Amino acid sequence: MNWIRIATCDSIPPREGRAAVIGGKQIAIFNLGDRFLAVDNQCPHQSGPLCDGIVAGDAVVCPLHAWKVNLETGAVARPADQEACVRTYETRVDEGVVSINL
Amino acid sequence: MKRLVVVGNGMAGVACVEQILKYDPTFDITIFGDETHVNYNRILLSSVLAGERSADEITLNTLEWYVRNNIQLRLGVRVVDVNSEDKTVTGDDGSVTPYDALLIATGSSAFKPPIEGLDKENVFAFRTLDDTRELLLRARPGVKAVVIGGGLLGLEAARGLQVQGCDVTVVHLMSTLMERQLDPDGGNYLTGKMEDLGVRVLLRRSTTAIVGDERAEGVALEDGTVLEADLVIVAAGIRPNVELAYKAGVRVNRGIVVNDFMETSDPDIFAVGECVEHRGICYGLVAPLLEQGKVLAATITGNKGPEYTGTLLATKLKIMGVDVFSAGDWSEQHADPVRFEDRALGVYKKLTIRDNKLVGAILVGDTSDSHRYMDWLRSGVDLSEKRSHLLFPPPASDAGLDIAEMSDNATVCGCVGVTKSAIIHAIHDRGVCTLSQLKETTRASTGCGSCTSLCQNILRAVAPDFEEDGKKVLCSCVPFSQDNLREILRGQRLKSVQDVLDIYGNGKGCEVCKPALSYMLDMIWCGDHDEDRSARFINDRVHANIQKDGTFSVVPRIRGGVTSPAELRRIADVAEKYNVPMVKITGSQRIDLLGVKKEDLPKVWADLGMPSGQAYTKGVRMVKTCVGTDFCRFGTQDSTSAGIEMERRFEHLFTPHKVKMASVGCPRNCAEATVKDIGLVGQEGGWQVVVGGAAGKAVRKADLLVTVETTEQALEAAELFFQYYREQANYLERTYDFVERVGIDKVRKETVYAPESVKQALLDRLKKSKAASRDAWLEGQTPVNPTQFIPLRPIERVLS
Repeated sequence: MNWIRIATCDSIPPREGRAAVIGGKQIAIFNLGDRFLAVDNQCPHQSGPLCDGIVAGDAVVCPLHAWKVNLETGAVARPADQEACVRTYETRVDEGVVSINL
Repeated sequence: MKRLVVVGNGMAGVACVEQILKYDPTFDITIFGDETHVNYNRILLSSVLAGERSADEITLNTLEWYVRNNIQLRLGVRVVDVNSEDKTVTGDDGSVTPYDALLIATGSSAFKPPIEGLDKENVFAFRTLDDTRELLLRARPGVKAVVIGGGLLGLEAARGLQVQGCDVTVVHLMSTLMERQLDPDGGNYLTGKMEDLGVRVLLRRSTTAIVGDERAEGVALEDGTVLEADLVIVAAGIRPNVELAYKAGVRVNRGIVVNDFMETSDPDIFAVGECVEHRGICYGLVAPLLEQGKVLAATITGNKGPEYTGTLLATKLKIMGVDVFSAGDWSEQHADPVRFEDRALGVYKKLTIRDNKLVGAILVGDTSDSHRYMDWLRSGVDLSEKRSHLLFPPPASDAGLDIAEMSDNATVCGCVGVTKSAIIHAIHDRGVCTLSQLKETTRASTGCGSCTSLCQNILRAVAPDFEEDGKKVLCSCVPFSQDNLREILRGQRLKSVQDVLDIYGNGKGCEVCKPALSYMLDMIWCGDHDEDRSARFINDRVHANIQKDGTFSVVPRIRGGVTSPAELRRIADVAEKYNVPMVKITGSQRIDLLGVKKEDLPKVWADLGMPSGQAYTKGVRMVKTCVGTDFCRFGTQDSTSAGIEMERRFEHLFTPHKVKMASVGCPRNCAEATVKDIGLVGQEGGWQVVVGGAAGKAVRKADLLVTVETTEQALEAAELFFQYYREQANYLERTYDFVERVGIDKVRKETVYAPESVKQALLDRLKKSKAASRDAWLEGQTPVNPTQFIPLRPIERVLS
């Protein structure tokens, strides 16, 4: 287990995402209101920044070509039948700070 | 093969030929036309004059049609003689053409009243496409036009010229306008309407002479008044063209006399259209001509049988902002009148009832019920049970009743001649379920368009899968049409996207509905809504355009494309300081800095010291300008200042889709204003304001909204359209789709020709939105949240 404290919860507005740069790697963390979800900040399609996408329920829509990625599973929800998926990370909140498990 | 010669290439003659081809395509047909155009829709000349349609758009039969049907077309040739012994016709080019059957469809010409000086320059009739073109060449703001004659044609000409910016006076001999179609009260209402629109009306005035040397300079009236005039239009009625029939020796009264089979007194000569007199009546409207054509086609092809027994006279005035309908016998001598009038609304309705049957109707100001009355007139239905709501349609719950009560052979589209049963046939047998499919299949509502709502109602009542054109739900998250949603947001006073999604949707939303709802809320509440950035696309969260590598492009506002050395230096310094990989001149007279990192955006904006150009959003992009009068030797208007002012008035506002504008100082159109969402086209003495143009994914020439004299009037017209588009268009609907869907007629009626109070309300809402808007780049200094532009830096690394 390698938990890393990232930021206070209020640095990510509800239903938005932010990129965190951790050792040269970008992870997108989303505030879904009742929980935080984290995935690699790279769309499997053409590496678009998922943190900048519009959140649709528990999925995010990539701002470049509207691929839809499920934030719980990392699976591509649109277009259909894509093998590709993004890596997901565990998150937790302690005393108002959100951490992810690398 | 039987040789058929048709004299006259107008609507009546050609429509009859179309019918003949259906019976017998083997005729050897020659058509003579003294005009040089293929057959066009003469009823729509008024809309060409008003700039609503181009000449090409009113073509009814293309050259290919004539070729495809093996018709010899002789355009620009006037037939001057007929020899009914030898059965030949002689053209003014000396040609002699033999016939087996001769069809005279010479129509009518403008009546020339006994007025001196009708032969002067700048005196025109309003009958043909050539007349219309001549008028369009001369009509411009400030030109003083006098129309002699206050009948249907005169009023259509007057309104068309007025829309082109002319200062128009109608001189009418009688005491009320359109006295052949309207009773004195109806005429007075019409006068009020015309005057409200800015057309001066002089009644009971007789014109004695056109004054001036070679060109008309004025119109002299009997009472001694001389009206100044740069342009004179004579619309004092029409006369059937019967000279040829005289020469052929067939029987002629006022028109060429025909019987119920459309035969003349000569067994090989037939006649149809406005030149014909049937049972003592000469018709000057389109529906009778089409009916006559059908009967004649049967007779001439040896299928004699169908009879023409006359047509119920009905007239609709086709001018923008003035709705007039008249049908049947509206005199009160042997009938009971039923009336309604409302001076404030300008609505006058009168029906005449005899023996519980409708015999006549007059509608001014509101003609929405005209089809109902036409049907009652035609069918002679007993009205005893309807007496309590003769003047108003039955309550909404009975909307289908009207359709059910229409008889099957009732004409729905008078221009093309489509009956209710033809439409129902199309719905059931061809699977038609939208208005556009109906137009495609039956051609209904492709003429003057006045039957559109009736067609819609029939579709709604009959088609099982009826679909309103262009009315789709926004998305599955909030399954309502955008029209509907706007109503909901207003009515329920909803101010945040999440509230709308929670109450009317699935609570989640997506990339389709969230930006759309964000737009609607901002527009409806004029900026006084709960802005939720999570519902905006990334471009609208960081006010820059995301690129394929996740960097952004920065386009500062350079109003009207006019910059300065100091500004250019700052832009150059910024580009160097932030290692901007590409600096590009855009197609919109602006400068684009491409490849800027998100976290650098606030610093770049601060160093530029210029406002956002909104190049990343569905909002006001820019106004492209030419150099206008400042430097150009051809410029007639200060298009640069006008463009910069327009940009200032609209900048920072959101719109349903991007809005690109232009302002040009002369019709050379160097900044391409006629293919922009809104264009100002300067000309000598004024501006044309054009809307709905496109030169991107689609290419479309903009429609004329209005012609005005001053720059302020042009800007106000642009403001009216701009706000109307903001309020009425669907999200992601460009102006060119919007104008096409709604129709420029309606757009004009509801903007520049709307009542003063409506215009003021549009302008007030625009003003309110503008006051609440601000330069988005100011958020560089005061971000809406601390991480708006910067990524998260992990607080610490903990091992557990």
